[in-house]
Amino acid sequence: MSDREEILALLRENARYSTEDLARQTDLSESEVEAAVEALESEGVIKGYQAVVDWDKVEPERVRAAVELNVTLDRETGYDDIAERLAKFPEVQGLRLVSGDYDFAMEVEGDSMSQVSRFISEKVAPVPEITQTVTHYIMESYKERGVEFGDGHDDDRLSISP
Amino acid sequence: MTFEPIDRVASVPPSGIRKFFELAEEYDDIISLGVGEPDFAPPWAARDAAIASLERGQTSYTANRGMRELREQIAVDARERYGLDYDADEEILVTSGASEAVDLAFRAFLDHGDSVAIAQPCYVSYVPGARFTGAEVVDVPTRAADEFKLTREVLESSGAADAEVLVMCYPNNPTGATMTREELEPVAEFAREHDLLVFSDEIYSELSYEHDHASIATLPGMRERTVVFNGFSKAYAMTGLRLGYALAPPEATEAMNRIHQYTMLSAPTTAQYAAVEALDTCDDDVREMRAQYDRRRNFVLSRFEEMGIDCFPAAGAFYAFPECPWDDSDEFAEALLEEERVAVVPGDVFGAGGEGHLRVSYATSLSDLKTAMARIESFIS
Ligand SMILES: Cc1ncc(COP(=O)(O)O)c(C=O)c1O
Repeated sequence: MSDREEILALLRENARYSTEDLARQTDLSESEVEAAVEALESEGVIKGYQAVVDWDKVEPERVRAAVELNVTLDRETGYDDIAERLAKFPEVQGLRLVSGDYDFAMEVEGDSMSQVSRFISEKVAPVPEITQTVTHYIMESYKERGVEFGDGHDDDRLSISP
Repeated sequence: MTFEPIDRVASVPPSGIRKFFELAEEYDDIISLGVGEPDFAPPWAARDAAIASLERGQTSYTANRGMRELREQIAVDARERYGLDYDADEEILVTSGASEAVDLAFRAFLDHGDSVAIAQPCYVSYVPGARFTGAEVVDVPTRAADEFKLTREVLESSGAADAEVLVMCYPNNPTGATMTREELEPVAEFAREHDLLVFSDEIYSELSYEHDHASIATLPGMRERTVVFNGFSKAYAMTGLRLGYALAPPEATEAMNRIHQYTMLSAPTTAQYAAVEALDTCDDDVREMRAQYDRRRNFVLSRFEEMGIDCFPAAGAFYAFPECPWDDSDEFAEALLEEERVAVVPGDVFGAGGEGHLRVSYATSLSDLKTAMARIESFIS
């Protein structure tokens, strides 16, 4: 693994590792770590740092939906144009162009089910290129960005073993 | 009539690990750096294969030597990873953990009064296992100055030349030492010159961070005198599934199997199904676990350096073996446990050459390692 890959792997595991702890876990000095992280940020490789939150524990009313979108393209409008327009909405938390039966997989978040439905019917469906939307409300999250939401298993190893 | 154990059982003291375990058990809030097994669960695909085999009711005995499919995969794996070329039919024996394989080799090839040279500090089972056979143990203490590598010099000075068998383990538990092919050469030469059999425990072979693992059995003239032990406990985090194996020439495998077929019949069947899947599809899991251990190793070594504790750059397994800041490592480990609630294992538990050191296992989450290291730092200052 290159130094950059190593740092990315560590930050993906825990974005709150201090520069000091990143350096201790790699062969790099603290200033090398700082330079590498800065470069990754300025090159746009690292887009941001966010907590993985189990919203059910904080705002159980909060609603999230996975929305499938089908679109038609014309000479003036490509996928990027549509995506750019949709991504501007704060309700849209994730947007991906996908292969298969539909074109975009969109993740939407709102305070309530009615708010999310209203958003889809009033803001998304009217976009001229969008031909079809299918909304799946998320009932329960088990794993987000690699983090399992279960209580996890206690360490049941013997405290001292050969 | 009383249950009076025979001398060679009675004379083997209970393991020092056990004593320390009992001390540690008195506290429920400790961070333990005393654990000799992975903190990962086995790769899910392997667990899933075990579950599927149970669902199908595949729980009968297997062939004594292990399922053919598993032996074939072990043969391919050993060849591709380490250049160890063994025949699936005649030269591979699947056992209940590497532990059973070691025990079989001892029982098959050590007799009353034979002499067995054991490179130390080492895994706690070798010396008792050898004693149970009635053999005499020759301590071969490796040295911190040699980074706990086995050298020709210590083999000569310890009297290993007169032994029948040499037992060694690299990457090493408890020191984390590894040996390169070049470093193994003088050991191989010594074994050839003095006509020693070599029992080489390579259970940590997948956890070598600075160089590719080298097996002594691949050196010239060594295959015919070596038994290699390996298993699934460390690389695949399958400790409780109890599965290991021995690689050895046909006559050696046959002799070990002579005992195994009567005493064990066959290794655990469910574990064999898990192992087939592990070898087949779990390379990425192993790579990921190794990467994690390596980061923790760097972390632990950096922290010891910052604290001014002498620790050679252990390059394998999941142990660091720093010098103990106090003269008495037992006393230190007990005080550290009592005052800071951090468990480490005093080095003398692992035999000759271990005194004055501590075994620090980094098979523990980084956040626990961080806390434990901070506590050790405050304890010694
Ligand atoms: C060096 C060494 N050999 C063998 C074993 C036992 O392995 P298994 O679980 O395959 O019996 C261990 C376990 O700690 C070990 O450290």
